[in-house]
Amino acid sequence: MYDFAYHKPSSIADAVKLLSEDPDAKPISGGMTLLPALKHRLNRPTALIDLSAIAELRGVKQEGGALVIGAMTKHVEVATNPLVLGAIPALAKMAASIGDTQVRNRGTLGGSLANNDPAADYPAAALALGASFITDRRSIPADDFFQGMFTTALEPGELLIAVSFPIPEKAGYAKLRNPASRYAMAGVFVAKGGQGVRVAVNGAGPCVFRQPEMEAALAANWSPEAVAGIHQSPDDLNSDIHGSAEYRAHLVTVMAKRAVAAA
Amino acid sequence: MPQVTLTVNGKSHSIEVEARTLLVEALRETLRLTGTHVGCDTSQCGACVVHLNGDSVKSCTILAVQADGGAVTTIEGLAAEDGTLHPMQEAFREHHALQCGFCTPGMVMSAIDLVNKHPQGLSEAEIREGLEGNICRCTGYHNIVKAIAAAADVMQGRSPEVAHAAE
Repeated sequence: MYDFAYHKPSSIADAVKLLSEDPDAKPISGGMTLLPALKHRLNRPTALIDLSAIAELRGVKQEGGALVIGAMTKHVEVATNPLVLGAIPALAKMAASIGDTQVRNRGTLGGSLANNDPAADYPAAALALGASFITDRRSIPADDFFQGMFTTALEPGELLIAVSFPIPEKAGYAKLRNPASRYAMAGVFVAKGGQGVRVAVNGAGPCVFRQPEMEAALAANWSPEAVAGIHQSPDDLNSDIHGSAEYRAHLVTVMAKRAVAAA
Repeated sequence: MPQVTLTVNGKSHSIEVEARTLLVEALRETLRLTGTHVGCDTSQCGACVVHLNGDSVKSCTILAVQADGGAVTTIEGLAAEDGTLHPMQEAFREHHALQCGFCTPGMVMSAIDLVNKHPQGLSEAEIREGLEGNICRCTGYHNIVKAIAAAADVMQGRSPEVAHAAE
């Protein structure tokens, strides 16, 4: 790992200022992705801005019909939070399925979403639930946030503060984990709520995406059978040593059925 | 160079580190606490698990500066001063839950966190699931799972001492 400067600001304003002063500085939350990347010298920031001392970035609160979760809230906190367990149990269950205990003790909601790993779990939940991304300067709808592999609408130096998840009537998530890496080969998050039925697919393609045919089928008939006959096209899906695009396309239908059954 | 203060196994240390120094490097190379191992160095194998402020974490994937001000417990901090082993260590010995021993410090630290977070007790499935972040190449896990179940009984007052592995 190359060396870097290290700052631990205690307010959002100070963190944003540090990031604006140095375009090559990077914010670090749990570090579960960034530190391995730094070890491999895939990245060379001049400074790390540690967000862990900023109390206002953590915690879960209910605001009207939505749960607002601070960007620095850890996976273990989302998995065990009574508000999340009560209002969006599928989100708590999803958080409990990320990585392993030690990763969940460090990794954060905001870190996962800002990283936008194609196989990460949170992007599917945020896209299916129609979440809003609250940053230091604006609010970004989920449909605009995820822009491609490891790419989001966040501008350089823009800090994710919290994510607002509308509370759905029903929601469910299912994934098939790679037996070695445990990342999702394909995952499907389904939700039915104020924004209608939304279905988001992660792991299968280069970036999380919505599945409109399944959304229409579930809007007409919310049942696993409704999606059983819908075939995801393998075009543009990932193909690698772990599975072909055709295999992943098949998994999307299977995971969609399981997600609806779990909702 | 950054100065960090860590309370390790109850004792406060102020040490100078580089910003890029990993917590496990500070523990092993600066404090000479070599019971915490580095296996994969990619946050998968769990040989480096320690407790930071009561939670199990992979010390190869935390910077020492991130842990500044924190309380760290390593495998060296478990046994009593007179050498009496922690119930989890005793159970690992009793149930032959180790062969080469390389993964054992991390296994023991993860297992203690797992028991602490499940005060109502643990099923075998929960123990196996809870070991997801620890890899052992020798034992096939069966004896590790048995040891953790036995230690949980002792730690949570269901059994006065570690039961002998008679079966």
